[in-house]
Amino acid sequence: MNAKKSDKIATGIIYGLVGIVVAILISLLGYILYNGVPDVNWHFLTSEAQSFSAGGGVRDQLFNSLYLLVLALIISLPIALGAGIYLSEYAKDNWVNDVIRTSIEVLSSLPSVVVGLFGYLLLVIQLNLGFSIMAGAIALTFFNLPLLTRNIEESLSSVPDLQREAGTSLGLSGWKTITKIILPMALPGILTGLILCSGRIFGEAAALIYTAGQSAPSVDYANWNPFTETSFLNPMRPAETLAVHIWKVNTESVTPDASVISSASSAVLIIVILIFNLGARYLGNKLFKKMTAAK
Amino acid sequence: MKTYDFSQQYINKIEQEVALSTNNVQVHYGKSHAIFDASLSFPRFQITSLIGASGSGKSTYLRCLNRMNDKIAQVDGEIIYRNTDINSKKINVYEVRRHIGMVFQRPNPFAKSIKENIQFALKNNGINDKNELQKRLETSLKDAALWDEVKDDLDKSALALSGGQQQRLCIARSIAMHPDILLLDEPASALDPISTSKIEETLKLLSKNYTIIIVTHNMQQASRISDYTAFFHMGHVIEYNKTKNIFTAPEIKATEDYISGDFG
Repeated sequence: MNAKKSDKIATGIIYGLVGIVVAILISLLGYILYNGVPDVNWHFLTSEAQSFSAGGGVRDQLFNSLYLLVLALIISLPIALGAGIYLSEYAKDNWVNDVIRTSIEVLSSLPSVVVGLFGYLLLVIQLNLGFSIMAGAIALTFFNLPLLTRNIEESLSSVPDLQREAGTSLGLSGWKTITKIILPMALPGILTGLILCSGRIFGEAAALIYTAGQSAPSVDYANWNPFTETSFLNPMRPAETLAVHIWKVNTESVTPDASVISSASSAVLIIVILIFNLGARYLGNKLFKKMTAAK
Repeated sequence: MKTYDFSQQYINKIEQEVALSTNNVQVHYGKSHAIFDASLSFPRFQITSLIGASGSGKSTYLRCLNRMNDKIAQVDGEIIYRNTDINSKKINVYEVRRHIGMVFQRPNPFAKSIKENIQFALKNNGINDKNELQKRLETSLKDAALWDEVKDDLDKSALALSGGQQQRLCIARSIAMHPDILLLDEPASALDPISTSKIEETLKLLSKNYTIIIVTHNMQQASRISDYTAFFHMGHVIEYNKTKNIFTAPEIKATEDYISGDFG
């Protein structure tokens, strides 16, 4: 076989494989959106869920998902940033750091239901947090942290050492060089990781069933004091998220329109993730351009 | 490869004012000994070239001079700058690097605007006066012969410049700090001949106000621009003399073989 022919075949195979990936993705997305979008309307997004009658919405679940995402990121991002900077910039090549890296890898492949049960025992029972957004956010941090740390570490390491030398040779301290030169350059990579993690958090159900709970008590969206019982910002209340709601509606719901609710909720879930994804990319690009003056 | 006797050494004494000197500098990377007893003095406001084959230790030696080998290698011996040993542990290395700037082999501008590339380190060193920042931006770019090419694009990304322009920007970035000494590690090796000759012209002009030490692989370059030349071989300084002596009448056989290409 000559080089030209084998090249053609290889190219063909690669195109075919990409085609399979795209086909799976499109059919999945298409199916969910086709079934769900017709039932998504303003009423669905702004009314409470119903336990026994038809016509329930997902207002609280949608808000809970977003709130939980924000809380989980607020907890995990600073920790992951610190750990990632340590591993990429400060950690020496020795067995301690090898152990740390391996542990992070192991942790990132932990099944989410295990994280959920662990969170249940430690946070809900031992620390007495009860089924709460806080317990859910901390459990999500457990399984979010390894991915985020690894991602930040890799994004930072991919910035060429020449940049570090440039900073050092101008008399800048290591910390200044990292925060003002290396971090901005690593930003697009970090952002991509953050988006992936957010998608995972947003769609997570198993870890939350045992920590954030399966009930969505009605809350007062006008009460902005997070320390009061009825406030929508109260982190100590149980909070069923959208993904948990889909699971629950499908397994133990007695509402007559369960299948409609679950399809519509799935569509909302996917659309929110898409919006989040595109929005984060747009903002990230803007930020990157602003910091690097790239036009 | 031919073997040479490293005890044969010819170091010319510098009679002018000395900007920087080293006494018995030794460098170890782990167990491997990279530099043996390098003792050189660099005359003020002159260009000194460090030449030698790859792996001869010239870049390693250069990087010692502003402590860029910290954390990478073990550097012993004295490096005297303004009557102080800057190789001592007590020295503020950030301060050292502000006085002794460095330009690297591959252009490494920050992913920031041209203006920010020059001013970023200045601001971080406490220079906040707008007029002063503007003045330094302009003079450093003019000194690096880049001003006319970029004066209308100061807010554009430095990464959009050509390789030669980027390297001159890096030189401008270093001299904006007003250092005494400028170290250059093969600054033109990644550039085309036109950019190279621009860099050489720039260095010639800069040598009126700066002491320049440059590592180069290119012997024509060394003979064109430098006043003094040191020849390194396998971690040893073999010969150090006025450039014209090195290239016309070398004292040591190894030097002669190297510059005539009859080496190894």
